[in-house]
Amino acid sequence: MNSVLKLVAQRIALGLLLLLAVSILIFFGIEALPGDAAQAMLGQSATPEALANLRHQMGLDQPELPRYFHWLGGLLTGDLGKSLTNGEDIAAAIGNRLGNTLFLAFWAAIFAVPLAILLGLLAARHAGKWQDKLISGVTLATISLPEFVAGYLVMYFLAVYWRVFPSMAMIFPGMSLWTKLNTIALPVIVLVMVVLAHMMRMTRAAILNVMQSAYIETAELKGLGPLAVVWRHAFPNAIAPVVNVVMLNLAYLVVGVVVVEVVFVYPGMGQFLVDHVAKRDLPVVQACGMIFAAVYIGLNILADVISILANPRLRHPK
Amino acid sequence: MRRIPISALIGLLVTGAFFAVALTAQWIAPYSMEEASGGVWEPISAAHWLGTDNIGRDLLSRMIFGAQVTIFIATAATILSFATGSVLGFLAATAGGWLDQVLSRLVDLIMAVPTLILSLVILTAVDVTNLTLILVMGFLDATRVFRLSRAVAVDITVMDYVEAARLRGEGRSWIIFREILPNALSPLVAELGLRFIFAVLFISTLSFLGLGVQPPLADWGGLVKENSAGLVYGVPAALAPAFAIALLAIGVNLVADWVLSRTTSLKGGRGG
Repeated sequence: MNSVLKLVAQRIALGLLLLLAVSILIFFGIEALPGDAAQAMLGQSATPEALANLRHQMGLDQPELPRYFHWLGGLLTGDLGKSLTNGEDIAAAIGNRLGNTLFLAFWAAIFAVPLAILLGLLAARHAGKWQDKLISGVTLATISLPEFVAGYLVMYFLAVYWRVFPSMAMIFPGMSLWTKLNTIALPVIVLVMVVLAHMMRMTRAAILNVMQSAYIETAELKGLGPLAVVWRHAFPNAIAPVVNVVMLNLAYLVVGVVVVEVVFVYPGMGQFLVDHVAKRDLPVVQACGMIFAAVYIGLNILADVISILANPRLRHPK
Repeated sequence: MRRIPISALIGLLVTGAFFAVALTAQWIAPYSMEEASGGVWEPISAAHWLGTDNIGRDLLSRMIFGAQVTIFIATAATILSFATGSVLGFLAATAGGWLDQVLSRLVDLIMAVPTLILSLVILTAVDVTNLTLILVMGFLDATRVFRLSRAVAVDITVMDYVEAARLRGEGRSWIIFREILPNALSPLVAELGLRFIFAVLFISTLSFLGLGVQPPLADWGGLVKENSAGLVYGVPAALAPAFAIALLAIGVNLVADWVLSRTTSLKGGRGG
């Protein structure tokens, strides 16, 4: 068991190191670009005096290294600084929205994960036959749709044409869970569509990969029934890749949420981020970018940790 | 040449048609890009085959010029990502040592952040023009090409013919362009289609968010954004450019699938 714990600890430490490196990328990467936040806000025609003034106000005339550590320290203690455009405290503005985004992603995952595994199993079971071809054809079509196209298609038909669900997903803190779910039905449907295809394809590949191994052939040759082969031999070995697939796609979901939130005017982090990119509000964008990156990297670490824990070879040390 | 399957043929036809429209946009568009030639959101008519847009411009003409913008930016970004990604990937594989380590870890770092998030952060700080969009998309996407070409080249560098070229004293650029590149071409070509689709979807997404191609120029994503407000009133104008994006992506996907299956069957791989 010790070796497993050590592997897990290593993976987590590596993830934290990566997160630190990403913070350096997001902070110094911007510094390395031509122009700076003040220039971006005021435009090319700004007078030098106005630029110098704003730079001073934003602290851009300070040296880079202390500014970075100040920013990093703020991130770790939950102080994300102030927005440039309206002076609002970023952490306070984000808190509620982050909850909304995770709420949306959570419900999309609840529907997408079982559906994808079921369809993936079905496609792998009938690999090469018409069921498989039908499923791959439909998923190919959904992969080819960008999130916002899928969003408007769903909105046009389900909200405008047939009026099943509301077209805008405005949720408020005081709503009951049921009304909330009804309101976010469309974005959830779109997110499920977007993730389902990837998740199902990768599940199918993972299971086919396991089913083609030599030990499965041996089990078949020694006369085990198909159910016993799947349950005793294929399933334990397929857990790790499938869980990995699920986690990777949940990470993908967190990004897909950005676009879907804009389509359905959902008050989440994604819309907040896009609004502030347009306003060139660098502190807000950097803070949101770090949070998205942290969630993304966190889910990737979780995927690795689960596949380490689920690996039968590591669970039974010799 | 073996027989081309029907799905790949359809894909080739669709892709070819889109490129033809993009190249000849100036001559085949019935109206100019910016001229308001009718009322707001007119329905389909003989004068306007796809109706008009949110300020009365001919939607078909906007779509045709949009094809030009979308395909030009996506093609340029794909070429940039392949040129930088593959050369650096081959270089890392042949040089090894610290250069390989530095490049690979840098790519790991960039790929650890979702591309959309990273490009949003970058686009906050730079002026958004078509050139900066191409540069940002091309360099961010080069990381994926780098990984693939490095992985392929690592397998090739240990081959006897590369060793032979080294022993007879060829330089690094000879080894990269004359020994490795021809042998790494088929997986790279298969990847080319996928990267192109990604670029199309990505520029459309950025423009849809209002952070890509800036008005009065518009690509398909921008056209969806401009006309999306009409959807709630039952005006389907936004669905036409949306449909075009999907059609192009499916067309290229069909071709890429075929190229991919050809290259894997050449390698004699087991999984289909």
